Amino acid sequence: MARQGILVDRPYERLTGEQVQLIHQSSMDILRDPGLISFNKEAVEVLDGHGAVIESVAGDHRSWKVSLPEQVVVEALKSAPRTVKLGARNPDNTVVMHGDEPKVYLITGSETNIWLDVDFPTYVHKSDPAREIKVPEFKPRRGTVEDLCQSARVCEHLEMVDGFIRNVNIQDRDITEQNKDVNKYFASLNNNTKHFMSGLTSLDQLDNVVRMAELIAGGEKALEDNPIISFITCLVKSPLQLVQDTTDTFIAVCRRGLPVAVSSSPQAGTTAPIKEAGIMAQINAEVLAGITLGQLVKPGTPVLYGSVPVRARMDTLNDSYGAIETSQYNIDCVQMARFYGIPNYSTSGVCDSKIPGQQSSVERLFSDIVVAMAGPQYLHCAFGLLDCNSVFCLLQAVLDDAHFRMIEFLLRQPRIDQAEMEVVLKQIRTVAATPQKLYINYIRPVLRSGELSGIYPFEGSGEADQVFELAHERMQELLAMPVEHIDRETTARIFEEVPGILPRLNVYEREN
Amino acid sequence: MSKDTIAAIKENVIQGRKTQEDVGIDDTLAGTPGVMELMEQALEDNISPQSIITEGLTAGMEVVGEKFSSKEYFIPDMLASAEAVGAAMDVLKPVLEKAKVETKGRFAIATVKGDIHDIGKNIVAILLKGAGYEVHDLGIDVPAEKIVEFVREEKPGYLGLSALLTTTMTEMGVVIGALKESSLRNSVKVLIGGAAVSDEFAREIGADAYCADAFSAVRALDSYQKAS
Repeated sequence: MARQGILVDRPYERLTGEQVQLIHQSSMDILRDPGLISFNKEAVEVLDGHGAVIESVAGDHRSWKVSLPEQVVVEALKSAPRTVKLGARNPDNTVVMHGDEPKVYLITGSETNIWLDVDFPTYVHKSDPAREIKVPEFKPRRGTVEDLCQSARVCEHLEMVDGFIRNVNIQDRDITEQNKDVNKYFASLNNNTKHFMSGLTSLDQLDNVVRMAELIAGGEKALEDNPIISFITCLVKSPLQLVQDTTDTFIAVCRRGLPVAVSSSPQAGTTAPIKEAGIMAQINAEVLAGITLGQLVKPGTPVLYGSVPVRARMDTLNDSYGAIETSQYNIDCVQMARFYGIPNYSTSGVCDSKIPGQQSSVERLFSDIVVAMAGPQYLHCAFGLLDCNSVFCLLQAVLDDAHFRMIEFLLRQPRIDQAEMEVVLKQIRTVAATPQKLYINYIRPVLRSGELSGIYPFEGSGEADQVFELAHERMQELLAMPVEHIDRETTARIFEEVPGILPRLNVYEREN
Repeated sequence: MSKDTIAAIKENVIQGRKTQEDVGIDDTLAGTPGVMELMEQALEDNISPQSIITEGLTAGMEVVGEKFSSKEYFIPDMLASAEAVGAAMDVLKPVLEKAKVETKGRFAIATVKGDIHDIGKNIVAILLKGAGYEVHDLGIDVPAEKIVEFVREEKPGYLGLSALLTTTMTEMGVVIGALKESSLRNSVKVLIGGAAVSDEFAREIGADAYCADAFSAVRALDSYQKAS
C-alpha cells in the first residue's frame, strides 16, 4: 500500500510544445554560455571529468567558470530515475512518483524561524457590555524543538498531508549547529510516520542522520528499499552559481543514493530576469545543472526537479509569493519537469500575508488550486506557512488541510459514461412524469458515498464568522490524538549510537 | 407482535423507507418491509391508529428531527422520512375519519400569481404532511381570487404563500388584501416564504409569520397548535 495522491488526468499547461522546446534549448545555451560559476572544487572536478569546460576565475583557485556542453547534460539526464520512491515509517504512507504521471502528493515545509501562537480573548462592547465577541490574537515567538514535535504530530493526522518537510527551525538554547540536524530529524521522525524531507544544517551530521534512519528502517539495505528520509539542497544560488557548502552536501547525499530534491529559487527581477521567458530559461538551466552533477556523481541517484521560482515585490524587492506570476512560473516548471520525465518538486500556498485571514486565504488558495491543476508530483504546499515562509501557524495548517480536501474534490475526474448516463436518463424520465418534478429522492444513495462534496467544515452556526474558532477546536483535537512513536528498543539504540539528541525527546525516558 | 410492528414502523420512518424498494441509511434493511408494507400489517393486526401515529410515525419523525439538528441527517433524509409518514397518513385517513380522529390542522399552500417556482413550496408540503397536517397544494402561479375561494370553501387554518422573485413577492400582499376584503383574514394564519422575502416584508404586508425554511414552517404551525 502507498498513499494515493491526486491524479490530475488532464493537467493544466500554459506552455505550447514550441515554448517548451525553446526554454529547453535556451537553458542548454545558458549552461554553455555564460555557464555556471562554481565555488565548489569537487563539483568542478566531477564536471571536468565528464566533458565540461573549466576555467579558473581570475586565477583565485576558489571559483571556476564551468561551461556545460548540451551533450553532457542530455547524457546525464538519461540516468535520472523516472520513478522515485519516498519511503515512510508506516509503509502505508509511502509515496511513489512517476515523472510522466501528473499525480500530486501534498507535502508540508519549509523551515520557519517564527512560531505563531493563537489565542481567543473575549472583547466586550463598550456601550453594550452584554455583547461579547472572541477575536483571534496571534503571537509570534521563536520556534523550538517542542513546536516541531507538535507540528509533526498534527501533520501526522492531517489527512491531506502526504509527506512532512520540517517546518520549524528549532532555536532552543541547547540547540547548536552541531546537534540541530539530529534533533530535527528525530523530533520529526518520532512524531510522524510519513516520509520526511529536510535540508542539512551541517554536513558533519549526515552520517548520524543516515544512521538514525537506518536504525528506524531496519538497516542499510532496508533504508535503501524504504528511504524514509530524503534531502533538499539549494546547491545553485541564482543566478547560475554552484555554492560551496550545499554542493558539498548534495554530492555527499548523492553518494549515499538517497533521494534528493535539486532546488533552485530565483527571484524574477533581482536574481533572474523579470521576463517570464528569462526566469524560465534560467531556473531550468539551474535545476538541470544540479541534476547533471548528481547523476555524474552517482548515476541513478533519485532526484526531484525542484522549482521554487518567485517574483520580486516592487515595494521592497523581497520575495512575493502572492504575486500571480509566481504561480505562472511554477506551472511552467511543472511542465518542464514533465518534459524531462523527472518527478517535480513544486511550490504553492506560500503567501505574503503575516497572519491567517482573508489575504492568506486568497493568496494560498489561488496558487494551491492552479499549481495543483498543473499536476506536480511533490507539491510543497506550505501547510501552515505565512509571511513568505518565515512564520508557521498550526491553525493555518488545519485550515489548509480542509482547503486541500476541497481541491482534491475539484480535481476528481468526471463520472460520465454510458452506464451512468442510462441511470440518469431513467431518473429524468421518471421525475418528468411526477407532479412535484423533484430529484431529491435520488440524492440519498449518493449522500454518504463520498460522491458529494461537503459543506465548509468550519462554517459557524449563526451569521458570525467562526472559522478560526472552529479550526482551533479541530487543532486541539488533533494535538490530543496519539501518534505512533519509534519503538522503545529502537529509540534506545538511536540514543546510544547517535550523539547529540536532547534527552527530553526520549518519550520513554519521560515516562520513567 | 404489535409492539414489533410499531417499532419497525418507527425505525423505517427514521430510515426514510416508504416501501421495501427504498434504500435507507442502513444497507442491511434492503428488501425488508418499509413503512407502507408495515402499515398494511399493522392495520391487519388491528393496531390502533393512535398507537401507529404516536409510537410509530411521530416518534420516528422526532428522532429524524434530532438527527437533523445534530447535522447527522440532511434535508433529503428528512424529506424521505416525511414522505413515508405522509404516505402512511394517506392510508390512515379513512380509518381516522371513521374514528372521528382529527389531523393537526388543514394547511393550504400556493406559489403566488406570476411565479412558477415550486421547490420550496413542495418541500414545505411534504414536511408538513409528514408532521401530521392535512395539506392542500394549490399549485403554482395561483391568482389571489383562487386562493381566497379555497379559504372560503375549505376553511384551512393555515395558508402558506411562496414566491422566489422580487417581482412576484408583492402578490403576497395582494392575497392578504383580498382575504381582508372578503372578511376571511382572521380565519386563517398566513405564512410566507421564499428567497425574495424576509421577516421585515412579512410584517410590512401583514402576514402572520415569515418562514426562512421548511422547518420553520413546521415549527410555526406547531407553535400555533400549542397556543390554541
